Amino acid sequence: MTEPNDKSRRGFLGAAAVGAAGLGVAAIAPGLHLIEVSQASAPGKGASSKVRWGMLIDTTKCASDCNACVNACNSENGINEVLKDPRQGSQWIRKIDLKDSKSGITHSLPMMCQHCEHPPCVDVCPTHASMKRADGIVLVDRHTCIGCRYCMLACPYKARSFVHMTLTEQNPEVPRGQGCVESCTFCVHRVDKGQIPACVEACANAEHNAMLFGDLNDPNSAIAQRIAEVKTTQVRADLKLNVGVRYQGI
Amino acid sequence: MVRLLALMAFLIMGAVASFAIHAAGVPKPMVKVEGSGQCIAATEEMRINHMNMLGHQRDRSLRQGIRGEKASLIGCVDCHASKSTGSVLGKDGFCESCHAFAAVKVDCWQCHQPKANFKAAGNAGATGAAGAVGAKP
Repeated sequence: MTEPNDKSRRGFLGAAAVGAAGLGVAAIAPGLHLIEVSQASAPGKGASSKVRWGMLIDTTKCASDCNACVNACNSENGINEVLKDPRQGSQWIRKIDLKDSKSGITHSLPMMCQHCEHPPCVDVCPTHASMKRADGIVLVDRHTCIGCRYCMLACPYKARSFVHMTLTEQNPEVPRGQGCVESCTFCVHRVDKGQIPACVEACANAEHNAMLFGDLNDPNSAIAQRIAEVKTTQVRADLKLNVGVRYQGI
Repeated sequence: MVRLLALMAFLIMGAVASFAIHAAGVPKPMVKVEGSGQCIAATEEMRINHMNMLGHQRDRSLRQGIRGEKASLIGCVDCHASKSTGSVLGKDGFCESCHAFAAVKVDCWQCHQPKANFKAAGNAGATGAAGAVGAKP
């Protein structure tokens, strides 16, 4: 696993933005053009272990009647197959309504792959298809996934789905197909371009702003500062998986 | 003797005819190259090594997050998809025409999108649990 050892990806992007704004030209360095920066961050560098991508979900802002994150996820990742048995449908993200039986207080929240630091799905995978990138994003390598679904049983969050039918409507950047297990990728194809996941963008567009995405390792990031300020919860913290998705208000 | 000569002549003619048919063989695939511009490497190298280029790139891309490499399946499709069908598959498709001839099964398209500039329809038509509010059953 090669690691970038000079600037972090964030630093690189910041420098690129400053360079472009200051000079007002497309080329920010010899052989390096702004268009490349906007399309693919740190070309050839790859994921860095200095970064830990994470998400903070404020359940007090999440509306129970809103499904924008789920719809955005399905549209971004091409999850549109119609199944005979709807229970077999892929769920990369789902909305859950919680109710405390004594007080009657309700919470609504999205649940998806929690991108654990110590993911049980990776531990159990017999083919090493279930894997964690250096920057903390947990993925399935469909090239080696044999569809045994052991990871689905191991996941405490029911985050993974199995593709039961032949697919033809995949988005080019999100390959998915029959016989493999899949789950939330934090929209890794967008994150690698310097964008935020589709669900987070949709939540902001719906003016709920309940989801915050960023680098947990960067003390200057909005998410790290929020986590340092307010009490946030890891779901099933007792499992000591050190998840990347945190919830506020539950 | 005449009979023997006749038999030999018959056999020789048969062999010549059979050789002629065999030499023609199965018709070679008509690989249409519709994209303009240069491929990432010379045609001969691409023919021999395209699977290795893509195989190694996919591992670096997925496992290490190294993006923007020279070889990419999306790059193949963008250039080589048929102008009429928009796909690299189909009888005259860039990938399938040659792979059918060589009898090499190609699994890429079970997951990857063979059409250029394809945009999935989202979940508008989905009746599955994917779009429904509520916990997974």
